Amino acid sequence: MAEPVLSLKGVSKSFGALKATENVSLDLYPGEIHALIGPNGAGKSTLIHQIAGTLRPDTGEISFLGERIDGLKVAERARRGLGRSFQVSSLAPEFSALRNVMLAVQSVQGSSFRFFKPVLSDRSLVDPAMEALARVGLQDRARVPAAELSHGERRQLEIAIALALGSKAFLLDEPMAGMGPEGSKALTGFLSELREEAPILLVEHDMDAVFALADRISVLVYGRVIASGSVDEVRADPEVRRAYLGDE
Amino acid sequence: MSRETYVNIALALLLLAIPFAALQWGSPFYVTLATRMAILALAAVGLNLALGLGGLVSFGHAAFFGVGGYAAGILASHAFNMQPLNLGIVSFAGTNSMLVIWLVAILVAGLLALLIGLISLRTSGVYFIMITLAFAQMTYYFAISWPAYGGEDGLSILVRNQFPGINTMVPLSFFLLCYGVLIAVLILFAFLRDSRFGAALQASRQNEVRVASVGIAPFRIRLAAFVLSGMITALAGALYADLNRFVSPSMMSWHMSGEFIVLIVLGGVGRLYGPVAGAMLFVMVEFLLGGMTDRWQFFLGLGLLAVVLFARGGIVGALAGKVRHG
Repeated sequence: MAEPVLSLKGVSKSFGALKATENVSLDLYPGEIHALIGPNGAGKSTLIHQIAGTLRPDTGEISFLGERIDGLKVAERARRGLGRSFQVSSLAPEFSALRNVMLAVQSVQGSSFRFFKPVLSDRSLVDPAMEALARVGLQDRARVPAAELSHGERRQLEIAIALALGSKAFLLDEPMAGMGPEGSKALTGFLSELREEAPILLVEHDMDAVFALADRISVLVYGRVIASGSVDEVRADPEVRRAYLGDE
Repeated sequence: MSRETYVNIALALLLLAIPFAALQWGSPFYVTLATRMAILALAAVGLNLALGLGGLVSFGHAAFFGVGGYAAGILASHAFNMQPLNLGIVSFAGTNSMLVIWLVAILVAGLLALLIGLISLRTSGVYFIMITLAFAQMTYYFAISWPAYGGEDGLSILVRNQFPGINTMVPLSFFLLCYGVLIAVLILFAFLRDSRFGAALQASRQNEVRVASVGIAPFRIRLAAFVLSGMITALAGALYADLNRFVSPSMMSWHMSGEFIVLIVLGGVGRLYGPVAGAMLFVMVEFLLGGMTDRWQFFLGLGLLAVVLFARGGIVGALAGKVRHG
């Protein structure tokens, strides 16, 4: 098999006595969607935070594109191609959808220390941003402030930002949350194609979407990976059924 | 053109009209008042870069204002005494040239802002406010305890410093000089706001995590903004010293820092002409009410309360509506 794009080895994180992440190892390979599922409070978001850099693991290694990144800051990890969407949308609320994406384009192009050229008339920023918005279907909402977008649209916008970053891996934390059935169906189709561009580590509660999309699934319970494998393997795993899938 | 553009033009013309009207009606004192408006507006434009665009509530900008003032005072006093300014390894001749004084003011304030920013920007919220305040108070007490330049009594500038082609002792000429500087800096501010740097700065105020997640480190952006901000306020300080022909440690006191914040809140936080509107109202209220009662600040407080409760966008916000970021 190819080298993993993203690789976690023995990652642990405690908050006081609470072990939020305990010795988690997992890999994300090119072209795949690796779903991370688990009951509420299992530590899925905490794990995403550690990969993205907003939290530091206590022990363990995180490698991205063959290099250790666990010592790097959020901005540096993002520059290396780690694109992220947040569980609770995190956008610049006063900026329009377009300007939110433009910020990503500007980062990719290098320096933000340019003091004179107005961004809104800079085609090298606007055009790629509009393109990313069009890919997620937000082109008609480009000029709407992020704060005035619907819940689902903000999710799409976060993905557009990750696209504009030219991400080499996507960390998507519940991208379907708050979307109607129509929206999540469209997004499922979109993510399915997106994996060809860059692999996706997907945290999701919508099990239909997970089973439809995932190449592999890891199940997290109380901070530990209790099972990892293909969709069928995980579905058949007795421990998973007991801990998570319940009476299904 | 947007409504805000019309409001801005109206404010700019109104400020420009005051001294001419004053001379027309034979009240030359109002020329000085208008000059004071322009200079305080300039100082607040500087702060508005950090506070308005960057969300950095600096309660220590009086330090930069004072540094600008002392740059003017110290260089002018050395020029007057014909004694070089000795800094140990190097020594400079004093000067009466505003251009040189402004350059020195901007450079020294920039270095000071870099130092203060490197430390204070590692914190946020109340801690940032307190650290900037603490640094400003340090410069204030330093100025008080520095007898070479007047200490607590301050330092007089006997003749206003000079600008090529302008007789700065003529009040109207000096006003026009200050007004010109203000307009130039406002144009600079507008460019900064609309640039990539401005986008990153404003986004850092709205959502720091978002900015980091697209790969831009907010700290460096904020530091650059803080330094630029301090430089502009120092330029205003140099002009203020020349207006009064006097500098004293009070330019560095926390009252002054507070006044800059009040100007911005009154006028409109983050708005291009917010500081201009705020300074015009502030100086007018200070003059009109100050003539009637020593407790004019009570009424200023009421006004500020009304703005905070009912007109969050300040004067510019009330006249031009909410900001649209395109």
